[in-house]
Amino acid sequence: MNWFKRVAQNILTRSKKEIPEGLWNKCPSCNEIIPVKEIEENKYVCPRDGYHFRIGADQYFKLLFDGKHEFLFEEIQPVDVLGFKDKKPYRRRLEEARQKSKASEAVVIARGRIDRIPVVIGCMDFSFIGGSMGTVVGERLKRAMLLCAEEKIPLVVVTKSGGARMQESAFSLMQMAKTAAALSELRKAGVPYIVVLTDPTTGGVTASYAMLGDVHVAEPGALIGFAGPRVIKEAIGKDLPEGFQRSEFLLEHGFVDVIVDRRQLKETLSRLIRILTHKVKKANGNGKETLKAS
Amino acid sequence: MQVFDWEKPVVELEEKLKELYEQFEEGKMADRQAIEAMEAQLAQLKKSLYSNLTPWQRVQMARHPDRPYSLDYIEHIFDDFIELHGDRRFADDKAMVGGPAVLDGKSVMVIGQQKGRTTKERQYRNFGMPNPEGYRKALRLMELAERHGLPVITFIDTPGAAPGIGAEERGQGEAIAYNLLRMSELRVPIVSVVIGEGASGGALGIGVADRFLMMENTWFSVISPESCSSILWRSWDYKEKAAEELKLVPEALLKYGIIDEIIPEPLGGAHRDPDAAYAAVKAALQANLKKLRSQPIDKLTARRKEKYFQMGRYEEKRVVE
Ligand SMILES: [Zn+2]
Repeated sequence: MNWFKRVAQNILTRSKKEIPEGLWNKCPSCNEIIPVKEIEENKYVCPRDGYHFRIGADQYFKLLFDGKHEFLFEEIQPVDVLGFKDKKPYRRRLEEARQKSKASEAVVIARGRIDRIPVVIGCMDFSFIGGSMGTVVGERLKRAMLLCAEEKIPLVVVTKSGGARMQESAFSLMQMAKTAAALSELRKAGVPYIVVLTDPTTGGVTASYAMLGDVHVAEPGALIGFAGPRVIKEAIGKDLPEGFQRSEFLLEHGFVDVIVDRRQLKETLSRLIRILTHKVKKANGNGKETLKAS
Repeated sequence: MQVFDWEKPVVELEEKLKELYEQFEEGKMADRQAIEAMEAQLAQLKKSLYSNLTPWQRVQMARHPDRPYSLDYIEHIFDDFIELHGDRRFADDKAMVGGPAVLDGKSVMVIGQQKGRTTKERQYRNFGMPNPEGYRKALRLMELAERHGLPVITFIDTPGAAPGIGAEERGQGEAIAYNLLRMSELRVPIVSVVIGEGASGGALGIGVADRFLMMENTWFSVISPESCSSILWRSWDYKEKAAEELKLVPEALLKYGIIDEIIPEPLGGAHRDPDAAYAAVKAALQANLKKLRSQPIDKLTARRKEKYFQMGRYEEKRVVE
C-alpha cells in the first residue's frame, strides 16, 4: 500500500522512498558537471565554488544529528478546510506533494543529539509546496517550541520557505502569531532557540519565527527577506543592488549573526548550544571556545 | 464621492428622489405620496444591494477613498489624544500613528495605520504601508502602555507592509516578527479593529489581540486578491475569483474563529455616514474594553496565547512505522 492510500485510510506511514538521482549533477552557480557522490560527500556544497545546493529535511537531519533521531508530530496532517481552488484544487496539490516530497509536510520535526547534546530540530522542506507555511507548519513548530520549553531542550529551526501558504488563507497568516506566541514561552523558559536561515527564506516565515532566534545563523548566499525581490523590483521600478537580500547583506545590516558554511554547520551549532547551556567541553589545545565565521 | 458601477442604480434613484424633493419644496407637487413610494423603493434597493456584496465588492468598499481613516476615528471617538512620533531608533513613520488618548474618562493607548486622501497626503502616508520604523514605533507605544497600565487599541488599515530596499535593509521581517511576539505577551488588554484593509503580515504586525474586530465592509487576508491572482493564476485577471477563494470577508473569518466580532456599518458603507460608523466603533470598543479590564492580567495573557495556539485546522492521523 503506498503512502497516499494509507493517508486516505487515516493511517500514515513515514515515507522511505528515495528520489532517484542521476550520477551527475550540474552546479547552478559555476555550471560544472559534478558527480553526485562527490557533492554528497562534500555535504551538498559544490566542491568547485562552494555553492550550497538546496537540500531537504532528511539531508539536514543526516548532516546535523549524531545518528538516530525520532520524528515528532508527524501525525499532524494538512486539510483543505476552505476548499481552495486556483488552477488546481488545493486538495490535489496536497496529494501531489505527498507523492513527490520525501517530507511529510513543509516542516519536519525530529529529536536527537548534536555532538551528544539533546536537541530538537525543525527543518523546513522546499519540496513540499515550496516550503510554504500552512497550519501544519505552525502547529508542528508550536508543539516543538512548547515541548522544548517544558523539557528545557534547545531548539534549532532550519528555515527554507517561499512564505505563507495562500491556499490556507487566514489560517496560514495566523501561524505567524501562533509561532511567535510559542516563542514567547520558549524565551521565558530560558531555552536557546537557534535559527538556521537557508535559501530561500521569505514572506511570513521571515516575519515570524525565522527572525526571532536567540542566534541567527545563515548559510552563505541564501536569499532572506520579507518581500520577494520581484515584488520590490516592481514596487520601486528599479533594478535591485547586487547581493540584495542575501545572507551577507543581512549580516551587514545587522539581522544575521553569523554566516556558516554548511560543512561547519554541525560543529558551529554544537559550540553555540554548549556555550549557551553552560556545557562547554574541557578546554582543548589553545583552551578557547570561540565562534567565528567560516 | 466615488461611485462603483454596481452602486449606480442606488445613485440614480437617489438623484431622482432629490428632484422630487425639490419639486415638492417648490410646491409643484400636491402630496408626498410619490416621494414616500420612492423612498421605500430606495431603502429596499440599498438593503438588497449592500447586504449581498461579493467578496471583491467588499474589497472595493474597504478601499473607498472617502472611508474614514485611523485619525478620523481617533478624532471622533476619543476625548483627548496626543500624537507621539518616532521609534527612537531611526525615524518617524507617517504610515503609522499613535499616542495616549482618553476614552470614557479612562486612559488608553491608540495606534493605527494611516492612509492619505489627496495625492500628496497619500504619498506622505506611503499609502498606509508602514516601514520597519512604523512597526517599531507601534511597539514602543505598546510598551509605554504596558509600563503605565493603558489598554491598547489598534486600528488596522493597510494594503501591506512597505516593500522596498530600505524596508529590507532595516529588517521589515524582524520588525513585524518581534511585534507578534511582544503583543502575544503584552501585560495590558489589546483590542484591534480592521477599519479598511487588513493585508497580511503588515496588518498582523499590530493585530495580535485579545479581541480582534472587523468592520462589516473590510477584508483581512494572508495576501491581497490581486497578488494572489498574479501568483497562483499567473495573471492579474483573477482578482474576483481570488477574493472569493481567500475567504477574506468578516463573516467567513468569524465562522472560522479567526476574528471575534463584526461591527455593522451604516447602509452603503462607513463613508456614507461616518458619524454612524464612529458611534458603532466606539460602542464596540467600550463594550470590549469593559470586559477585558475586569480580567486579571495573567489570565488575560494566558488566554490570548491560548487563542493563537488553537488557530488553524489540521488532522491528526495515526502513525504506523
Ligand atoms: Zn559550483
